[in-house]
Amino acid sequence: MIENVKELLKAHEGIIREVYLDIENSSMVPKEIVEAMLPYFNQRAYGNPTLTHKPGWEAFETIMESAQKIANFIGCKTLEEVNFTPGETEANNLAILGTALQMKEKGKKIVISEIEPLSVMHVAEMLTKHGFSVTKVPVNSEGFINLEKLKETVDSETVIASFSMVNHEIGTIQPIKEAVEIVKDKNQEAIFHTDASDAYGKIKLDVQKLDADLVTISSYKILGPRGVGALYVKEDTKIERIIEGQIGTQKLWPGIENTPLIVGFAKASELAFQNFEDNVNHMRRLRDMLINGIFEKISDVRLNGPKNEKRAPDNVNISFLRCEGEALTIELSLSGVYVSSGSACTRRLLQPSHVLIAIGRIFEEAHGSILMKVTRYHKDEDINHVLEVMPKAVERLRGITGSTGVG
Amino acid sequence: MSRAPLPYSQKILDLFRNPKNLGKMEDATVSAVAGNPACGDMITFYLKINDQDVIEKASFESYGCAANIATSSIVTEKVKGMKLEDAWKITWKSIAEEIGGLPAVKFHCGILAVGALRRAIRTYYKNKQATPEWLPKDQTFEEKQALEEEELAKILSKKMKMAEEK
Ligand code: FES
Repeated sequence: MIENVKELLKAHEGIIREVYLDIENSSMVPKEIVEAMLPYFNQRAYGNPTLTHKPGWEAFETIMESAQKIANFIGCKTLEEVNFTPGETEANNLAILGTALQMKEKGKKIVISEIEPLSVMHVAEMLTKHGFSVTKVPVNSEGFINLEKLKETVDSETVIASFSMVNHEIGTIQPIKEAVEIVKDKNQEAIFHTDASDAYGKIKLDVQKLDADLVTISSYKILGPRGVGALYVKEDTKIERIIEGQIGTQKLWPGIENTPLIVGFAKASELAFQNFEDNVNHMRRLRDMLINGIFEKISDVRLNGPKNEKRAPDNVNISFLRCEGEALTIELSLSGVYVSSGSACTRRLLQPSHVLIAIGRIFEEAHGSILMKVTRYHKDEDINHVLEVMPKAVERLRGITGSTGVG
Repeated sequence: MSRAPLPYSQKILDLFRNPKNLGKMEDATVSAVAGNPACGDMITFYLKINDQDVIEKASFESYGCAANIATSSIVTEKVKGMKLEDAWKITWKSIAEEIGGLPAVKFHCGILAVGALRRAIRTYYKNKQATPEWLPKDQTFEEKQALEEEELAKILSKKMKMAEEK
């Protein structure tokens, strides 16, 4: 199959302009971030931060300074509240599983929403095999969680409630502060976790004001390297480790700290937060340029998720009717535009995106859905290129669909 | 709900970019719509058949993935000039082979293409009220994997519900 991929790549030769919008699934790491990381591979701080020699102490200093930077950006009390993990998948697993293990004598109920990322949803479902129950609070057609239902759901049995601050697929900015209040009101002891991977660096996030117990943040979603993320754990909140081994500077994650990645994460955070307002305004402008452009140029399209201020500044998710999504991602790729789809055809189990189903999209709408995220690095010309390529791609595929379609 | 890697072959990519025999056939003798219970994709097959039961031409439309577009295209090329009896014998495996292999998760796309062809052939004989002896009485596996529109809609709504409850 590797030969096939070589041929596929060859088919892309000659592409002049490339626009990468699949930040949801991985990201390019900007040069300035890579450059910040480079010395930490072999020039300094390459030691183990728990050992008593210079490269070890350098690593200790570097990791603590990086944690301090991130702690400042999200308003932590102390830098010990920042726990590095190998990514947001691991941070979410640690939050849910670690809390369940810690609290298993107190109750067995886990409350999440219907549109959580798989790293929350699947670990919660896995726990049902071990005596826990999972209740999924429904969302409305724009993806907002039903707060009334949340109020009804949380009880004395509830050990953890987990809701993303911003939905990763449709960009819904949840009324997360209200959700925290509702949960704590109903059960002071229940742990509140939020996956803020799509919020960090994109909307305001102050963990003390929010008063959540656990908060996941991610490096690659703010264009830092993959392989690192963090879980904020509020001072005095106790959760158990979910993997064991040699513990170093990170109490909740054993193994040798990956200093260069942590440096990259801190650098990415710095870049996202310096000129925060400008960055966000830039993303928001490009987001709307892309959405409005598509609606102007292409018929039979639907926006998935809310509009304007209630939508994450970077998120564009649009369904193109009568146009299968996987085919569309390939067609766009051949023109240098890289996106992903929630179509069943792209999934292992051939089920469409659970988020789109939960907001009431019909099969056909999920089938032609495309997810894109813009960054501060994208330019107007990039969006214009997408707007030039997209109508042609959709038109060609609609031509193949012809009169065939689920009516 | 996880994603599957899809290292498509060169042939699939070529046919995806330049499908042969694409589009509705106005003078078709018979057509069949077939939907995939796995992913919800649909195709329409059009056949022009002469009075010797030979396929003069075939065309298709596909509301499906690249693998589906490519396998449909190859089936329409293959059956041209074939007797219906021989066209019936085409297997999805031979189509998959011809196209340079399909990723496992995409087998159903090739099955759909062959299923749609067989559905069209069966409909042709049904319209003619004839039953050649080579035509199996019971639906073959491929036909069962190529549903009529209504059946498909039913299965899809069931599937959506299941996914919702999950
Ligand atoms: S994945 Fe549906 S036909 Fe290919």
